[in-house]
Amino acid sequence: MTEPLVLGIETSCDETGIGIVRGTTLLANVISSSMDEHARYGGVVPEVAARAHLEALTPALKAALAEAGVTLAELDAVAVTSGPGLSGALMVGVGAAKALAVSLGKPLYAVNHLVGHVGADVISVRDTVDGPTEVRTRPLEYPTIALLVSGGHTSLLLVRDLISDVELLGETIDDAAGEAFDKVARLLGLPYPGGPQIDRVAASGDPKAIRFPRGLSLPKDMEKHRYDFSFSGLKTAVARWVEQKRDAGEDVPIADVAASFREAVVDVLLAKAIAACTDLGVPRLLLGGGVVANARVREVAAERAAAAGIELRIPPLDLCTDNGAMIAALGAQLVAAGRAPSRLDFGADSTLPVTTIQA
Amino acid sequence: MLLAIDTSAGASVAVVDRDAGVLAEFTEPDTRRHAEVIGTLIQDALRESGVAVTDLSGVAVGMGPGPFTGLRVGIAAARAFAFGAGKPVVPVVSHDAVAFGVAEPLLVVTDARRREVYWSSYSGTDPEGLPIRASGPGLAPPQSLEEVVPDFRTFRRVDAAEVSAASLGLVAELLYLHHRPFASGEALYLRSPDVTLSAGPKRVS
Ligand SMILES: [Zn+2]
Repeated sequence: MTEPLVLGIETSCDETGIGIVRGTTLLANVISSSMDEHARYGGVVPEVAARAHLEALTPALKAALAEAGVTLAELDAVAVTSGPGLSGALMVGVGAAKALAVSLGKPLYAVNHLVGHVGADVISVRDTVDGPTEVRTRPLEYPTIALLVSGGHTSLLLVRDLISDVELLGETIDDAAGEAFDKVARLLGLPYPGGPQIDRVAASGDPKAIRFPRGLSLPKDMEKHRYDFSFSGLKTAVARWVEQKRDAGEDVPIADVAASFREAVVDVLLAKAIAACTDLGVPRLLLGGGVVANARVREVAAERAAAAGIELRIPPLDLCTDNGAMIAALGAQLVAAGRAPSRLDFGADSTLPVTTIQA
Repeated sequence: MLLAIDTSAGASVAVVDRDAGVLAEFTEPDTRRHAEVIGTLIQDALRESGVAVTDLSGVAVGMGPGPFTGLRVGIAAARAFAFGAGKPVVPVVSHDAVAFGVAEPLLVVTDARRREVYWSSYSGTDPEGLPIRASGPGLAPPQSLEEVVPDFRTFRRVDAAEVSAASLGLVAELLYLHHRPFASGEALYLRSPDVTLSAGPKRVS
């Protein structure tokens, strides 16, 4: 079986994702987001997300099968995210995937969400704009460094092999980068989600106007946290700067603050990712996660990768944000490699380590 | 024949038949392992009953009330199983399963955590054998049940630590048979999502 047909279920955060792939070819990628329901809270509320998953699941399954033009009976396997992520949210997907697999009598693969983001890169997309031709990108070579940044995680991985050898180089020790965007947006009176808002406002600002701190970048921090991230101090620095302006009765230059904050985040993300590439002699960098939607992240990544002679890979945006297709794709790789299905008694593991590619 | 799933307390899965009764039932009393056990429980119940997925006429599921995280695992599993099998979902109020077969007035009480309980009162059973819910399901601190439950003193109280999927399935079979309305398809959370709206960013200096 070289081209297994796999359905993937993703419910680790606020997107209910159902994807279907045949081998590395994308057939469907249905995403139902509860983002709007979180807007009034200014961040993802786990219970709100979990309730939304329960309601979105069956409609998304139906839509994905229709989009792919396949039937459940044709599937070779089901794949599901078992962690890391919000535990109550993960459990909805895990419970559904197990029951679906048992009812269909199909093998079930429990996979790691973060490795799924890396798996997104193997997917080739059918280009429907210029006719039904398949856009097949050159396969990802290994090893590669992967920088995965979203509202839920900020991780730097060394991937020697997608299905057998992934190592965590570093991760955030406090807030995820996406969370920092949301918090600073709130501080500036901008709506949720913060990423696109900061991006919009920053367009007319000066990124060099204010020198905000780069977390864990001082020599003493670099010894212990070379590849780790911290955004909590940055968020506080922005808050303090804005308060001082307001206390002094001055106008807050929102565009400059947004641009300078964004620059600090992007700078530290890419500095550490590029450093990992050079330190470890890995000339490849893969980006993933919702923060990749941020234009400045992609711009700086392209500049610095080119300057350092590093090949940069960025999957299409709807495969970068949380989705079921990447989970299906990783599952398909496991099936194609002849891996045994997961045991039926795995749980949702909110802190599943990246070394556990399949649970 | 129905597959029945309830995770409003522990996790319970059964296969029941209107005429033959309970063909299989597997229960995990642990209230924090729903996601781990649900697949195996379904598989075991099907295997022991010898019933093929294609022979089922639907999937009965306990809609609660019950603690959210666990409750959702059963509902998600029931919906996904039914979707996979191409069968309908039959939603049932979980407390009905506890009251099933009890002719005397009964107050069903289950744990809602955070020093509260879920309750439903039943006045007995109808000629079809279905429990007649008098009031509820509701949510209350245990000490205020007496004020909250109408005619509190007329009921025998039962504190249920487990909800049997077999009983739930038999209730569903009777609802089916006598063309009675099923429960609503909405999960009975009886509590808003646990969020406090912040008044705005806090000062840092
Ligand atoms: Zn993600």
